[in-house]
Amino acid sequence: MADVMAHTDSSPALHGLMAEFETPTALVSAAERARLAGYRHMDAYSPIPIEELNEALGLRRTRLPMLVLLGGIVGGMSGYALEYWSQTMAYPLNIGGRPFHSWPHFIPVTFETTVLGAALSAFVGMWALNKLPMPYHPVFNVPAFVRASRDRFFLCIETTDPRFDRHATAQFLQSLHPVGVTEVAQ
Amino acid sequence: MSVVQEREYDYVEGAAAGAVRGVPPVIAPGHTFETVNDKISGVILTKRTPIGWFLGFAIAFAFLMLLNLTIGKLLMEGIGIWGNNVPVGWAFDIINFVWWIGIGHAGTLISAILLLFRQQWRTSINRFAEAMTLFAVACAAMFPLLHTGRPWLAAYWLFPYPNTMGLWPQFRSPLIWDVFAVSTYGTVSALFWFTGLVPDMATLRDRAQSKAGRIIFGMLSLGWRGSARHWQRYEMAYLLLAGISTPLVLSVHTIVSFDFAVSVLPGWHATIFPPYFVAGAIYSGFAMVLTLAVPLRKFYGLEDFITMRHIHNMTKVMLVTGMIVAYGYANEAFFAWYSANPYEGYMMLNRMTGPYAPFYWSLIAINAAMIQLFWFRKVRNNIPLLFVLSLLVNVGMWLERFIIIVTSLHRDFLPSSWDMYAPTRWDFAMFAGTIGLFLSLFFLFIRFLPALAMFEMRTIVPEAKLQPEHHG
Repeated sequence: MADVMAHTDSSPALHGLMAEFETPTALVSAAERARLAGYRHMDAYSPIPIEELNEALGLRRTRLPMLVLLGGIVGGMSGYALEYWSQTMAYPLNIGGRPFHSWPHFIPVTFETTVLGAALSAFVGMWALNKLPMPYHPVFNVPAFVRASRDRFFLCIETTDPRFDRHATAQFLQSLHPVGVTEVAQ
Repeated sequence: MSVVQEREYDYVEGAAAGAVRGVPPVIAPGHTFETVNDKISGVILTKRTPIGWFLGFAIAFAFLMLLNLTIGKLLMEGIGIWGNNVPVGWAFDIINFVWWIGIGHAGTLISAILLLFRQQWRTSINRFAEAMTLFAVACAAMFPLLHTGRPWLAAYWLFPYPNTMGLWPQFRSPLIWDVFAVSTYGTVSALFWFTGLVPDMATLRDRAQSKAGRIIFGMLSLGWRGSARHWQRYEMAYLLLAGISTPLVLSVHTIVSFDFAVSVLPGWHATIFPPYFVAGAIYSGFAMVLTLAVPLRKFYGLEDFITMRHIHNMTKVMLVTGMIVAYGYANEAFFAWYSANPYEGYMMLNRMTGPYAPFYWSLIAINAAMIQLFWFRKVRNNIPLLFVLSLLVNVGMWLERFIIIVTSLHRDFLPSSWDMYAPTRWDFAMFAGTIGLFLSLFFLFIRFLPALAMFEMRTIVPEAKLQPEHHG
């Protein structure tokens, strides 16, 4: 069932055109060919993470590791600062005659707050960069897309791409031997 | 050359890993994306709940009610209802705390450390092991909180917050390190667990027949759509969380051991404690994973996913970590003698021949002698026997904590202050109650959430493997 509905010019505003594939291999090679054909504004959808898609789609490395590093540094420094300030200035206590700034005792908590800062920034950062939670997205308008979380693979070329053309792009997607090509309503 | 071709060799470990002679596969042959989805989500997306589930949950829930009763009694009357008293100021509360938190460690080891080591067999057991971690941490946290007697008044010396009294916690105390370690551990485990659940929530959203199911799983899935851009950041976050959790889990039991090792009490003041405690934690945790995995795979027919490979590997991890623990015992005995310190020497003598000696020798029998059975393939293949052994391991590890804590305290430096310790019925009630809490949570988890990570299981079926292209 490879029906192209791209000829209906009176259809509502489009998000893009979506091709459905049966295997991860087909998706990766389709994405790669779409990129070689000059398409840039596109995304692939799959039920499993596919490392090769990053290269096939020409995705840049994520900034997440940098965020996590910063989160860890901020977490560690805050933990130590809290200990330093509370133990030497706010509430100094004499514990067995040790100096108020007894730094070796402050390391375990500093370590834990470093970990906490890094983990929180990994978690919050990943969802924020992914712009999730997002309850609505045009791709969910495609009925077949319910299988994107199960066993099917999708490539969507978006209308914002400078090379996007309703007819030419549909034909191009057809040439990749998909299960089907569908328009994605906005 | 296309990216597809370069990838090929990466996947030899994949679903065909069972090709290695004599090693069972990590997933039974013949599975596809949809069979994995069906099997795992079928447990959740069904109106029929097995009668056995209700039975098990009812028993667990009865014990949970016992916990409520005990807590009520404790809050009304105070911790005097427990058996601990000078000189044994710490007893069941800390024994059970250490026991539970140790059990949790296997979940993090499986989800984080085995991920970093690319151990593919972790895939089918990580989700419920992580759930086990969370529930075990919840049970563990009960004890330090409740042993304060009036937890709502304890906040100011446990947590650093600006209070009207201008007081701050004492950061030179290992007990405060413990508060930070355990709360960080609980938080990070929950984040890791939830992150892993999101793509599975999307699968459940798309498979749910009922409207309520679609709405609930839809909200929990955060609108996950499997975008390649999302997966890229997701995988990076998952890897980073694993990398962060690895030193974290090692630090948690290290800090728990500092509760003892930083003191100057014979039997506690030992440099072997951190590694010895961490190994013991992983040892007991794997025993609990096995205790949970054996009935889980049996009753839900998950033998294809939790294969003999998993069972074998878990017993091997228990064997290794158990031997490290046994080395710890030997080391303690050696230092008691080699230090030439009469108090250290007496502590060891009292453990071996004193009033609690039967417990000491039981733990040696289990943790040092019995685990040698795991050397034998016949034992590793005998699942009912392994189930019993895994329960015994947790008994052994509980006894270890009992011995470390009670025998070190009850006869210290001054014979005039020696005394015996015996738990009261409320001590036992609270311990049994936390087991009830743990099992109740676990029963709810296997009924309402995917007990195995569907999306990760999908990555190990043959379908997920990229095929090399046959063109120019």
